[in-house]
Amino acid sequence: MTTGILLQIAQTLAAILLAPLLMGWVNQCRAWLQGRSAPPISQPYRTLRKLFQKDAVIAHNASPLFRFAPYMVFACMALAAGIVPTIANDLPFSPAADAIALVGVFALARVFLALAAMDIGTSFGSLGARREMLVAFLAEPALLMVFFTASLISQSTELPVIVQTLAHKEFVIYPSMAFAAVAFWMISVAENARIPVDNPTTHLELTMIHEAMILEYSARHLALIEWAVALKLFTYSALGIALFLPWGIAPQGDLSALPLAVLVLLLKMLLGGTVLSFMEAISAKVRLFRAPEFLGTAFLLGVLGMLIHFLLEV
Amino acid sequence: MTRIGTHDWNLEAQAQHIWRIRPEVGQLSTLARDVKDAGGQLVALWGSDDRSSHNGYGLHTAFITAAGLVWASVGLPEDAPAYPDLATLFPQADRMQRATFDLLGIRAEGAVDDRKWLRHSAWAADSFPLRKDFSAQPLAPYPAHSDAYAFIRVEGDGVHEIPVGPIHAGVIEPGHFRFSIIGDRVLKLEQRLGYTHQGVEKRFEGMDLDSGARLAGRVSGDSHSAYAWAYCMAVEQATSCNVPERAVWLRALFLEIERVANHLGDLGYLGNDVALSFGFMQFWRLKEDWLRLTAKMFGHRYLFDCIVPGGVAVDLGDDGYAMNRLVHRLIDEVAELKHVYDEHATLQDRFANTGICKPDMAARLGLTGLAGRGSAQAWDARVQFPQSPYDSLDVTMATQRKGDVLARAEVRFAEVFESLRLIHDILKRMPAGPIRQALAPTQSACEGIGWVEGWRGEIIVAVSIGANGKLERVHPHDPSWQNWPLLEIGILGNIVPDFPLINKSFNLSYSGQDL
Repeated sequence: MTTGILLQIAQTLAAILLAPLLMGWVNQCRAWLQGRSAPPISQPYRTLRKLFQKDAVIAHNASPLFRFAPYMVFACMALAAGIVPTIANDLPFSPAADAIALVGVFALARVFLALAAMDIGTSFGSLGARREMLVAFLAEPALLMVFFTASLISQSTELPVIVQTLAHKEFVIYPSMAFAAVAFWMISVAENARIPVDNPTTHLELTMIHEAMILEYSARHLALIEWAVALKLFTYSALGIALFLPWGIAPQGDLSALPLAVLVLLLKMLLGGTVLSFMEAISAKVRLFRAPEFLGTAFLLGVLGMLIHFLLEV
Repeated sequence: MTRIGTHDWNLEAQAQHIWRIRPEVGQLSTLARDVKDAGGQLVALWGSDDRSSHNGYGLHTAFITAAGLVWASVGLPEDAPAYPDLATLFPQADRMQRATFDLLGIRAEGAVDDRKWLRHSAWAADSFPLRKDFSAQPLAPYPAHSDAYAFIRVEGDGVHEIPVGPIHAGVIEPGHFRFSIIGDRVLKLEQRLGYTHQGVEKRFEGMDLDSGARLAGRVSGDSHSAYAWAYCMAVEQATSCNVPERAVWLRALFLEIERVANHLGDLGYLGNDVALSFGFMQFWRLKEDWLRLTAKMFGHRYLFDCIVPGGVAVDLGDDGYAMNRLVHRLIDEVAELKHVYDEHATLQDRFANTGICKPDMAARLGLTGLAGRGSAQAWDARVQFPQSPYDSLDVTMATQRKGDVLARAEVRFAEVFESLRLIHDILKRMPAGPIRQALAPTQSACEGIGWVEGWRGEIIVAVSIGANGKLERVHPHDPSWQNWPLLEIGILGNIVPDFPLINKSFNLSYSGQDL
């Protein structure tokens, strides 16, 4: 049990500390693919340090909710990072929330961010919050469909059981998971405000979704939000890895598999970041009102995955 | 050529394709009606303070007709200067009339919209900066007061207003956009510009002719060569200076270099605005190569101060071998990038049917230049009214009918290829000889008008020189005057997040019209 708790703390801390690195890697790859010289991989850490050192500027009419939201968002993402098995399976935190509760944790963070965006009363904040909700209410059911497909296979919505079934039992090819994987990719792109749904690097206020919500934040608040964004990308990557590429995650109580698990995780993250930046480099952002179509397709693929499970795998 | 429409208007030839007429105030409406009936357009409207020569005030308009540019000047009485409203016939006159009032106190009688335009809160409503008795010295601290402006409100259930600007998140010029939206759909957009008003026209007063060229080129930095050429054309016309042939060919070379540079940059930005950074980086790499070569050959990336009164300041060093080579490389690379844009489904989906300005609306509101050619307004001074050397270059006009973002992008592509071809041609046929002719000293007051097809549209610079040889009044006109209102039309029915893309597809100048 003590090792379990230590492992849990280590894994959560590792996620928090490594998340900006993944962001740095994605930014680097993107720069290379565009033919630019890239910022150093440690750039996100420097940005965080810079932001933490600055004095916060807060609107006069901001309510306490506005100040509180960044901490809430960061805490939600840290919790989510603790729940998803990244290095070791079956940690003490894991029973606290299954896949469905995880969706709820993400939703909680989103609600706080959207409320904070509307709190100041600027038009961009409200615009961003509204668009974020448009994306979210379509992405969440699609994400649930993906989880249902995986849980139908393992007969449980608990992430450790899913990983255990897929990684450490006899190897079986599940066609349903192929559909779920594509759906999950599309949802991750939308949820993490990446191209083609949102553009994380734009300066055009009118086109923003996620960025419009955080325009009023500065200094430590902005740092926490930026960090939470990196952490969210990291958690989604870990989630994707746990569901679709779980091989290498150390089984319960097997400490000797840990070094390999860390190495494998890093490799998978590097690969995931490369693929993400490549997909971003070749895509353009879709018109805002095409985003529902994009997420509708993801939902459809999730449902198809479930149907295929019933048709072929039962 | 003396007829426009149904009347005989004693047009006086000012230069090739340029005519002058001085009607009475009462005839102005008839003249405008005749121009309209004959399919012409109003392109510029400005005023002047002629009280020093006991002529009261002057109201000037420039029309484009089948015969060319018609410059009509009307004298107005010193007390209560007013002229009949032209905006009902030519809606593009609306903002020019309001700006003219803000600067000179000349009123358009019967105008529907008489709100201020250029004046924010820098000077009082009863002082007029362009009047000669207005001191150009820095103003005494002006009592703070609200810059009230009556925006047109849209009311109804669920209608929101989003004010955007004048300060934006990117490094772009300031302008205020007031959107009335329902959901993300735009019901109305109203612009408020004038934030970059610097008193350029006032600054011109009393300048010598050479300094004037430097200032004219800086009215809108991306159109430096077009402004400088138009200014010099006006000055040379006024002082009857014959520019050497080689200088004219070099000016055309500069103008086409400028057009290519701007179009490359815009095509990149159009990609960037739909988050296709690949296109942005590639086009800007090409633009950078282009600018560096320009700097190497002529000493300035944007050719600043290369065009001077009487000719040009720099000569083509070699026979243009390096430029020819880059021209050929650009033709290949731009074609390849065009293929990428053409085949990119999402990009095409974003461009097509976005920000449509239909041809009939474009004609009614006087959409001009590049954006006009994207909406079937087939006007290009290089083609229809070619001055030397364009009369021997046989320029092909690029036009599209749909008037959407895609059409404007296609016009840019076509013009890049055409300009590259022209540059190749110009380099091949460049005549030898001197590149500058000294201006003869002026004996008496004189006037001239320059008309150049810049990359954005026609640039017009009207110049009047005093008997002392100094500039008396200079009015630079940017095509953005006519095109900004069409942006308000193009956005209707589109969604808010498409606005930056539509805006970029027009890429209008703020400083060029705020002056």
